[in-house]
Amino acid sequence: MDAIILQILNGLDKGSAYALIALGLTLIFGTLGVVNFAHGALFMIGAFCAVTLSKILNLSFETVDASQTDFLGNPLKVKTPYVMEWFGPETGAAIIDWSVPLAILFSIPIMVAFGFIMERGLIKHFYKREHADQILVTFGLAIVLQEVVKYFFGANPIPTGAPDVFKGSFDFGVMLGFDPNAIIYPYWRLVYFGFSALVIGGVFAFLQFTTFGMVVRAGMADRETVGLLGINIDRRFTIMFGIAAAVAGVAGVMYAPINSPNYHMGMDFLVLSFVVVVVGGMGSLPGAVLAGFLLGILESFASMNFVKELIPGIDQIIIYVVAIIILLTRPRGLMGRKGVMEE
Amino acid sequence: MLGLNKKDTSLMILVAVLALCAPFILNPFPEGSAMAQFNAGYPDLMQRFVIFGIFAIGFNILFGLTGYLSFGHAAFLGVGSYSVVWMYKLLNYNILPGLVLSVLTAGLFALLIGYVSLRRSGIYFSILTLAFAQMSFNLAYSVLTPITNGETGLQVYTNDAQIFLGDGPTSPHLFGIVMNKSADLNIGAWEFTFNNGYYFCAIVMLVMFYLSIRIFRSPFGMMLRAIKSNQTRLNYTGLNPRPYALAAFVISGMYAGLAGGLMASMDPLAGAERMQWTASGEVVLMTILGGTGTLIGPVLGAGFIKYFENIFSKINDTILHQWFAFLPDGLENFMVFIVHPFIGKGWHLTLGILFMLVVIFLPGGLVEGGQRLKRAFGGKDAGKDKPDASTEPAE
Repeated sequence: MDAIILQILNGLDKGSAYALIALGLTLIFGTLGVVNFAHGALFMIGAFCAVTLSKILNLSFETVDASQTDFLGNPLKVKTPYVMEWFGPETGAAIIDWSVPLAILFSIPIMVAFGFIMERGLIKHFYKREHADQILVTFGLAIVLQEVVKYFFGANPIPTGAPDVFKGSFDFGVMLGFDPNAIIYPYWRLVYFGFSALVIGGVFAFLQFTTFGMVVRAGMADRETVGLLGINIDRRFTIMFGIAAAVAGVAGVMYAPINSPNYHMGMDFLVLSFVVVVVGGMGSLPGAVLAGFLLGILESFASMNFVKELIPGIDQIIIYVVAIIILLTRPRGLMGRKGVMEE
Repeated sequence: MLGLNKKDTSLMILVAVLALCAPFILNPFPEGSAMAQFNAGYPDLMQRFVIFGIFAIGFNILFGLTGYLSFGHAAFLGVGSYSVVWMYKLLNYNILPGLVLSVLTAGLFALLIGYVSLRRSGIYFSILTLAFAQMSFNLAYSVLTPITNGETGLQVYTNDAQIFLGDGPTSPHLFGIVMNKSADLNIGAWEFTFNNGYYFCAIVMLVMFYLSIRIFRSPFGMMLRAIKSNQTRLNYTGLNPRPYALAAFVISGMYAGLAGGLMASMDPLAGAERMQWTASGEVVLMTILGGTGTLIGPVLGAGFIKYFENIFSKINDTILHQWFAFLPDGLENFMVFIVHPFIGKGWHLTLGILFMLVVIFLPGGLVEGGQRLKRAFGGKDAGKDKPDASTEPAE
């Protein structure tokens, strides 16, 4: 029993990342009808926003501290970050410590702007072209973004820590009456799950309860008619592209403490998120979220020892197997609308 | 000649001459001169040209003719490599049984994957093939370790059976012709290398190229083009497109298997990373860059990417400083600074940008670029005979 709960918890944080990326992908596909292979790269750029911010906050100047000496007897040079100098040592240290959550604020404008530029500068010219061309050009863009990041940040993963408060783990089992240490779960992953639920809820609320969201939903259903009503649907879709980019970005920011960001993390997630989108149903937002969590949990169940003994190697391929079965038996996906992209 | 029309014959002869004289053509600069770094006439690189050429020719039969974009062709490449190495382990270092087996297993594998994947088209097909390839890659890394030797990669050990080894050569050979042996020819300052392995691959490539011309020109090829241009119409005329698409998929899978087999024939190793989806992406890049649906395009694309990959990665800042030495110092450093991210390890950046530019502005690839140039500079006559030229895109 405790093992099952543990696997569900383990699946949740991976599932959250899948769900967030897949949500953005579906948003872009549902509004603009574009298959965005560069979405993983947006996730990666988000993670590197966190890296950049923590680097900026750690910018320091050197002072010579005469009271301390190194082992040769020379006075020691002490590095003080500028933020500590400006805000006082305690506030400064707290700001540095909280660099990842702060990076969310930092990354949203960057990602939205990035999304705008990408849509207006590149994707716009590909609406009329085949899906294959869209895949290819965004694939090329993903390679370029990845290499640019590699050029500036190097090929090695860059550890980016969560705030100290969230370090360490949380003994979940005791709460449910199991033995201590039976279910141990890092705090930050819990935060990640909560955060992604918040973002997903936010996106849905935005689409459901605002006029803007209503127009966007109408545009997703019938773009032409909305255009004929005199609404500039293109501009709204561009904004939605910006929002989808921001969702991928913040998902990346928050993921940085879980897995140290490296330049190819986007590609690793991209393949899986596409599978998630397909399983959930192309263009269906709830489907993407559901499939994200479902596949995340399924994946962590498959990596249990006793399942692995039953079917060796199942943990490596479970997601793909599910995708293949779904595509062959129910091509529109779990929650896809009938007739949308069924071929 | 050989059932080809005049244009195809001349194209075939052109490719044959280029392939067979490659050691001369690719080594235009004398040894030891400043330009020698642009020479590409060494066996390893030349082998890669033709092997990836075969891979891309095969991919083009599927993507160029039917329009089905497969993101999982690297799986067949990997299967081919593993088959050849297994034949080394069981029989001896003769490459022929391995190559036959690699084509067969890759074909079988393609039949299986294709049968399932071709139930869908468009991006679903791409994702299905991608899923199958990633599955094969993951399995090769983990559970199938007894067959694939996991992360280490499959190789021949001294305690392997090798029942027919006897006192034959201990590296890959074709009935005694050892693949990694070369003959050197020195003319003045020039040095040319003629490598057995390269010539073997080149001949295989020519045969495969000939086959692909025949497929392009056959009624079967017309059917494949019909699938690309309008599948619904094909259905209404009472034809089921799926068997044709499946045949194309299997043929292109066999090409990929052969290419993988040749890789292992040149260097008796096989690793799971050959199946990774980035490898599938590479062949897509080659085909698009050269010109989808054209005969010569994929070969050009493969050569182009492999050549520049090699050359660009070799250039470093010192060489850049030499190039821009004629400029004033400040400008020289500035130019080096600008060019620096695109060379050496930054080759992939250059490739990505190039690829995007090609997809955006030149959907027909290098071949279309060449045709446009010809039309711009060649006057009326060159423009007139374009429509039935052999390198015309498939649609």
